[in-house]
Amino acid sequence: MSATVIDVENLLFRWSAGGDPCLDIPHFEVEAGERIFVHGPSGSGKSTLLGLLGGVLVPERGSLRLLGDDLTTLDAAARDRFRADHVGFIFQQFNLIPYLSVIDNVLLPCRFSAQRKARAVVAGLTLHDEAARLLSHLDLDTALYQRQALQLSVGQQQRVAAARALIGQPEIVIADEPTSALDAERQIAFLDLLSKECEAAGSTLLFVSHDRRLAQKFSREIALPSINRVGKAAGSKGTVVA
Amino acid sequence: MKTIFSLAIRSAWNRRLTLGLTLIAVTLSVTMLLGVERLRVEARESFAQSVSGTDLIVGARTSPVQLMLYSVFRIGEATNNIRWASYQALANHPAVAWSIPLSLGDSHHGFPVLATSTAYFEHFRYGDSQSLIFVSGKPFAEVFHAVVGAEVAERLNYRLGDPIVLSHGMSGTGLAEHADKPFTVVGVLARTGTPVDRTVHISLEAMEAIHLDWQGGAHLPGFSIPLEHVRKFDLAPKEITAALVGMKSRAAVFKMQRYVSNYEAEPLLGVLPGVALDQLWQVMGIAERTLLAVSAMVVVVGLSGLVAVILASLGERRRELAILRSVGARPRDIFMLLLTESLFITVLGVGGGVALLTVLSIALAPLAQARFGVTLHPLWVSVEELKLLAAVVGVGIVAGLLPGYRAYRLSLADGLSPRL
Repeated sequence: MSATVIDVENLLFRWSAGGDPCLDIPHFEVEAGERIFVHGPSGSGKSTLLGLLGGVLVPERGSLRLLGDDLTTLDAAARDRFRADHVGFIFQQFNLIPYLSVIDNVLLPCRFSAQRKARAVVAGLTLHDEAARLLSHLDLDTALYQRQALQLSVGQQQRVAAARALIGQPEIVIADEPTSALDAERQIAFLDLLSKECEAAGSTLLFVSHDRRLAQKFSREIALPSINRVGKAAGSKGTVVA
Repeated sequence: MKTIFSLAIRSAWNRRLTLGLTLIAVTLSVTMLLGVERLRVEARESFAQSVSGTDLIVGARTSPVQLMLYSVFRIGEATNNIRWASYQALANHPAVAWSIPLSLGDSHHGFPVLATSTAYFEHFRYGDSQSLIFVSGKPFAEVFHAVVGAEVAERLNYRLGDPIVLSHGMSGTGLAEHADKPFTVVGVLARTGTPVDRTVHISLEAMEAIHLDWQGGAHLPGFSIPLEHVRKFDLAPKEITAALVGMKSRAAVFKMQRYVSNYEAEPLLGVLPGVALDQLWQVMGIAERTLLAVSAMVVVVGLSGLVAVILASLGERRRELAILRSVGARPRDIFMLLLTESLFITVLGVGGGVALLTVLSIALAPLAQARFGVTLHPLWVSVEELKLLAAVVGVGIVAGLLPGYRAYRLSLADGLSPRL
């Protein structure tokens, strides 16, 4: 199966109307099952791209198709539902809701998406069992499940966040610098686990980082400046003026 | 919605220290608001219950409210008395069915002493036309007999046959005592929930007798009339404080009132208890509304504190809100999350306020009964009180809109990556 999961065409985004464009992407496409590494320096628009893919930001023009649905034609509530149903997120750090237990953090997407809840229990297990299965695959000890999220180490918290992103098998998992708070050894271990579980869940992984050393673990590497015309325009500005 | 509700409660629990303090503030303010309202109603109730069946209260000319206050509620003191002859003219008026003379001025351990006739036990009515009932004993028959109200008997632990000594004057400490003329308790009245409970009743003759050797509010020095000689004197009362009058026909009451007002021999005043009560409520109404307004302001202050605390917490919760957004929460869910939190605390505060007031009422009921003759009903929440509570919750919701809206804006602006 090689359907297109992400299909960006002619997209333009700016933070304020009339301001400088932040992203101007003629074309960007990701196939199902790919594990994409997107890198770019700070300020190159990585967070903005994630906001667009997550449906919390809307481009000024262009199309933004996820799984065939053009997010630009959906209203805000529909984009929120789409994100809940189809996209799992892992952030840099402080990924967990501090007042919920590990298990409850993992189950959070199932509370907002009936679809992910249904997929989580499709294997004939309870939600709790499915969360426990993912957590154990991510090497988290059973004893931690009922702990408050903040009692865990940073590395453990990131693995809980991965389990949360993966529960209910969303088609897309987006990770935003999830390893930056980990030491080098744990970075590799975390990446391996994440890749393996994405594969098992059939999720396409979009991994964003400024750290290119991690790129080797992925099936494809994209430099954000290479698909974003804004970066190039800025680079060529000097010559235009000269 | 269930998810949001459960998240709101767990999040609130996570910040239980700061929210707990504001909860205390809200609880106390609700207790105060409800307490003021309840005291207002209970006081009115107690006042309205205190006299029933009396068509006219007659006393020396003063304000109707004042006459009502000292004659029925034993609050304040009469400035002038009425002559016994005037009372008798009144009592013998053809339209009058019955009358009760009242003479006040002395006290017993802070409880007022009321000198009256046995007509009191026959005709006095309170509450819903209930007459006085003797728990034990009977009305006074001899000069130095006393009948005590339920509260007096309970507080001072009096039984039939106990000797009691009255004090001269109504209030203050160091009152001169009528120690040379002790009384015997011959009757104990059943509880009425009215000032009767706090009253020591003696006969008009007894009132004369204990003051035989007094002049100008003091015991005459070197002059004392021994107990055994008291009966040789003329004990017919010369003056009384006021009188309660019952008419043969209710329709005659206004005519009687005119008769009283136009009484030639001395200036008299006759008031209808209902009219005097209405005037009293008008006077009290201002104080009541002021108290209620102050309590309402205290509730607003409490809820403002709540809003301030929730707003202050938003700064450090932006990460949490972004995470919720990432797993699919809509901005509207975030709004509801914050609104639920303030609503939750408000409802807890209202519940806590009701509970605290109930506990306080139970604890203070005996005191309120003894000191003020006000009967508290701790377990009763009236429709008016429910309206007040609903108003508090309503204000809580309105107040909760502010942090809700702020969080809504924040979550829209932050999206998935809060700029911290």
